[in-house]
Amino acid sequence: MEKLFMTGNEAIAEAAIRSGCLYYFGYPITPQNEIPEYMSTRLPELGGAFLQAESEIAAIYMVYGAAGAGMRVMSSSSSPGISLKQEGLSYIAAAELPCVIVNMMRGGPGLGGIQPSQSDYFQATKGGGHGDYHLFVLAPSTVQEAVSLTGDAFDIADKYRTPVMILGDGIIGQMMEPVEFEQRPRSKEYDKSWALSGAKGRPRNVIKTLYLDPQKLEQHNLKLQDKYQKMKEDVRIEHYLCDDAEIVIAAYGTVARIAKTAVQILRDKGIKVGLLRPITLYPFPYDHFQEIAERIRKVLVVEMSLGQMVEDVKLAVNGKAEVAFYGRTGGIVPSYEEIAAELEKQLF
Amino acid sequence: METIDKTDKMDRVFQRPEALTKATTHYCPGCGHGVAHRLIAEVLDELGIREQTVGVAPVGCSVLMYNYMNIDMLEAAHGRAPAVATGFKRARPDLTVFCYQGDGDLAAIGMGETIAAAARGEKICVIFVNNATYGMTGGQMAPTTLVGQKTSTSAQGRMSERCGFPIKVAEMLSVLDGPQYIARVSVSSAKYIARAKQAIKKAFEVQQLDLGYSLVEVLSPCPTDWHMTPQQAVNWLEENMLPYYPLGEFKVQGV
Repeated sequence: MEKLFMTGNEAIAEAAIRSGCLYYFGYPITPQNEIPEYMSTRLPELGGAFLQAESEIAAIYMVYGAAGAGMRVMSSSSSPGISLKQEGLSYIAAAELPCVIVNMMRGGPGLGGIQPSQSDYFQATKGGGHGDYHLFVLAPSTVQEAVSLTGDAFDIADKYRTPVMILGDGIIGQMMEPVEFEQRPRSKEYDKSWALSGAKGRPRNVIKTLYLDPQKLEQHNLKLQDKYQKMKEDVRIEHYLCDDAEIVIAAYGTVARIAKTAVQILRDKGIKVGLLRPITLYPFPYDHFQEIAERIRKVLVVEMSLGQMVEDVKLAVNGKAEVAFYGRTGGIVPSYEEIAAELEKQLF
Repeated sequence: METIDKTDKMDRVFQRPEALTKATTHYCPGCGHGVAHRLIAEVLDELGIREQTVGVAPVGCSVLMYNYMNIDMLEAAHGRAPAVATGFKRARPDLTVFCYQGDGDLAAIGMGETIAAAARGEKICVIFVNNATYGMTGGQMAPTTLVGQKTSTSAQGRMSERCGFPIKVAEMLSVLDGPQYIARVSVSSAKYIARAKQAIKKAFEVQQLDLGYSLVEVLSPCPTDWHMTPQQAVNWLEENMLPYYPLGEFKVQGV
């Protein structure tokens, strides 16, 4: 199969197109600009539509509109821009519209910086906007994985009629790696009878999120909640050298990749350490952590934040193993030596 | 005695447009929304495009518009209707798309989306209902509230030195190159309603001809939040709003 050398951003854009996404709406922000740039050339050639919106807010509502037409549609941004999209994501989740949103995280809060970060974990996994809802969140740790997760993201969005977020960071977006685009089997046809197409020969379709009657709103929210429970069947996690591990590192995305090198170095020193890498951040692989907590002493959670995923790990482990945390923030990427040294400290 | 079937002898001159549902609206007596809905419905019927049209409903008094229009509809967040309509229209350029928005929705929280969609010449129709107040939330000051007009957040009357001046949306958008048709009409009384319908029809025709953006500003009475009877509200609109918001076509291209 042909190998192409691409940045993560370009690879995600190409993967989206190969998954049947012909509509993209976005607003420029570093470090994800290669996605709209790529889409702006390719989509018109393919008969789709690219539009640089007047704002992040308008972009997410353009996604809402195109998703309402039943089309595969995507937007991408980075942390401050994703904050602006939260209102729209709440509406999209409430209206049960499938779409894919990419967040190439940079350091915050506020304008922050443009270097890689993982400090939007709470926002991505706990709702972000108002109301009882969640996004399905996927966290790639290589450019190749970003390609395959992009394809999966569109299928998951259609399967559950829900917004899916690909949560990367400046490194995943900007790094160039050789990638292969598998010829994905044409994804199955999903029911789109809810989409708007003009009420021709059928009763009118309405896409809405207003439920003035509290009984009806409660029913609607319970329906969404059922969906979030059902999503657990699509939980994904990588276990690396965990079988005989006495201590494990828990990390996702870019940091997990660095932590893998740290694990190899520590293993060479005879330390029985493994790596747990959640690939779905929502739904979070609670069961996997719960199970492994029975047979390990400690989990070291490493993040490019001051401690966000660590809260989910603590919930999962529920006191059965010790949970330690190491984080760098503000755009600083921890080295594998740093992670290995931190783990050695945690051994005693 | 022979019975005469009167329906054979008489022409039906007034009926519910197919583009309206049978639902009773929640609008107050004397409100202009019902008239504006009906005019849109009549235009969709006359142009034969009910089954090829998608409407975008706003937040405000007309938030439940999708219960009254017998067409496919999308509900937008407050101010976001032009962006939602843009996304839909770009995905389905073969369908007719319109937004229905009030003054708070279009000219306050959604002014960014409004100007951008107009400047792009987005091929959508916008029906903009201007009643100079926030109706649904209880009559607060709107961007189109007249100077001196009392509202629940300008109890002494809108003071220009504190709150600036009302926005003339039709005039403002007509200086952009994107819009192809911009008009201001009124649904306050019968003599204006027929003209309002003609403008709405032109706005849809602009889209039928694939020309670009069109907007019709509809001056509409709000007796409840103006604290008036329906007749007083009509009089107040015609005496106070018409001088500040003159009726007419501000931009006409291609139709």
